[in-house]
Amino acid sequence: MKDKQFILGVLVANHAGVLTRISGLFSRRNYNIDSLNVAETENPKLSRMTIIARGDEYIKAQIEKQLAKLHDVKKVEILPLDDTVIREHLLIKIKVTKQTRSEIVESVNIFRGKVVDFNIDSVTVEITGESTKLDAFIKFAAEFGIIEMCRAGAVAVRRGIAPLSDENEFLD
Amino acid sequence: MNITGAQIIIETLIEQGCDTVFGYPGGFVLNIYDELYKQSDKIHHIITAHEQGAAHAADGYARVTGKVGVVIATSGPGATNLVTGIANAYLDSIPMVAITGNVPLALLGKDSFQEVDTTGITMPITKHNYIVKDVSELADVIREAFSIAKSGRPGPVLVDIPKDIQLQSFEYSPAPLAEEREPACPSDAALEKVARIIAESKKPYIYCGGGVIISGAGEEVAELSELIDSPIGFSMMGLSAVSSNNRNYLGMTGMHGRYASLKANSEADLIIAVGVRFSDRATGNKLRYSQKARIVHIDIDPAEIDKNIPAYYGLIGDIKVTLAGLLKKLDRQTHKEWQDEISVMREQEKSYLPKDTEMHPKDIIEKVMYYTDENTIIATDVGQHQMWASQFYRIKKPKTFLTSGGLGTMGFGMGAAIGGCIGSGCGRTLLITGDGSFGMNLNELATAVSNRLPLIVLVFNNGVLGMVRQWQTIFYDKRYSETNLERKTDFVKLADAFGADGFRAGNMNELDAALKKAFEMQTPVVIDCIIDKDERVLPMIPPGGSIENVIVN
Repeated sequence: MKDKQFILGVLVANHAGVLTRISGLFSRRNYNIDSLNVAETENPKLSRMTIIARGDEYIKAQIEKQLAKLHDVKKVEILPLDDTVIREHLLIKIKVTKQTRSEIVESVNIFRGKVVDFNIDSVTVEITGESTKLDAFIKFAAEFGIIEMCRAGAVAVRRGIAPLSDENEFLD
Repeated sequence: MNITGAQIIIETLIEQGCDTVFGYPGGFVLNIYDELYKQSDKIHHIITAHEQGAAHAADGYARVTGKVGVVIATSGPGATNLVTGIANAYLDSIPMVAITGNVPLALLGKDSFQEVDTTGITMPITKHNYIVKDVSELADVIREAFSIAKSGRPGPVLVDIPKDIQLQSFEYSPAPLAEEREPACPSDAALEKVARIIAESKKPYIYCGGGVIISGAGEEVAELSELIDSPIGFSMMGLSAVSSNNRNYLGMTGMHGRYASLKANSEADLIIAVGVRFSDRATGNKLRYSQKARIVHIDIDPAEIDKNIPAYYGLIGDIKVTLAGLLKKLDRQTHKEWQDEISVMREQEKSYLPKDTEMHPKDIIEKVMYYTDENTIIATDVGQHQMWASQFYRIKKPKTFLTSGGLGTMGFGMGAAIGGCIGSGCGRTLLITGDGSFGMNLNELATAVSNRLPLIVLVFNNGVLGMVRQWQTIFYDKRYSETNLERKTDFVKLADAFGADGFRAGNMNELDAALKKAFEMQTPVVIDCIIDKDERVLPMIPPGGSIENVIVN
């Protein structure tokens, strides 16, 4: 039984307390969350969560089924890793000097990132991508000195036209 | 029609078929109680001695009636006192709606007087919960609470209502009874697959759980057992599903199951598990559980399949509907060899039963059965007496045996017996309890007396916490840490002080006389029944063990 990461797409009712319900379920049933992202969808009644969790096949099946039982959860799906677009977002503030400035800016371009703030002694860079790409940039930035950083949990959608749900399902 | 939130609450309860509520008034439910006062001809409110008793009473009421039990409590301590009762209902899948008051919206989060985060506290022990912050949503929230509580796998739902919401007015128009969601039914192909698995079996064993009672599928289980010539074993929660007179009835399995039931469970080549969740008390060591058997697991909750014991095949559906469909696909079977094996197991079981002891708990329960009938509501508390009742009391009808299964709540019995008694239309009710459990919530004797309930409380009094002591005897080298109660409580005088009657029974003759008198009365009676403190519950499979480790004498 090996622990593996997996990604859940979850549609939930968009009201107060839902995040507590979901995170509470994970803690009381002893499941681990690696990352969780939540925001309103195009339908204001629904929020969409992207949860990255970890566990063996047993845990994976249990998480899916236990989530589906919650009244506020409208749809749960385990997204296939090989057929899903997964993105993370990074904002990172790096120390710069006259000597290092151009090297850093050049590397930002290579990573297809963007400089969003620029000062004498620091630059703030925005990068989007899969987590391995972000890891690579963080490692690079560390050489120059990371002042601070924050990283948003992954968001994920399946490739192809099929959505997590038919939005009309929930228009009551 | 514009009415206040408090009126909406009561109107919606009436509309949802609720005619009995249990509860306790307080500062932030005063308006609700004011409406209860005005509508007392439509809703009967039972005030208990403590909110925990009210929650257990709502639970017992739901177990007996099959309806949603309703409990009302005030904010803060009122709500926290409900917590054990709600958790108990959650673990046993009992439909319940708990209504709590809370401080006005503007005072929420300010650590106001009698304020706690009720929805936060109860989130992990409810099927769902709400805090109503807009009076326009109030009626629909209560309707949805009823629907969630009784749909699918039932459970408790809590609705927290701040005081100002109870005061504000809104348009109300009655709605029909909240519908239970359509019961799920497995596909024909799935049923045929299970029918084939059953046809291949030479040693089937039906393992019947509480879900069978909830679904009202006792008859279908009995029919299945007859058709495929299979013995039936039970989880404690499933005990009343099929009459103990059934020829295939083997009684409870699990840690303190009856020997034949345990043995057949482990020797079977097929376990048809219906409405059970394979709790650790029922399976013992999961890795060694019934290794010779394929397991077909039938349940309405998909998350139960493979949760504790991997199923060879899982069927998700309402048990009554599923079994009715399955019965049509099955041919009659006979398993003479298996039934012969079972007969040997039954003989072995008889040889393990206690003999020649004065006042063995088994004798007491048999004596009790002389006075009870099939309609008597039997409630228990938690401990040795509960196991003896589960092993030896011969239950005849579903919904007549009320016991705390999942949570194992000492103190459950008094509230549950009161709720069960009222749910049965104030029929004869017997609580089998121990001196430890009774000590936890004996304050509810006051409630039984106020309501003149025909409730007999039979206290198995050994002066010790018997079940814990039994573990200390077996696993802790007889170091009886804090299990010798050494109390001087006189239960006969205590009964008298509460306005009930009390009798003491130190031998079988006294017990018989006490029971005779008690069953002639229609008011609460306490019988203090003295038993030996060293009596053990047997058989016993030690925790983490299997049938090979069973202790029989």
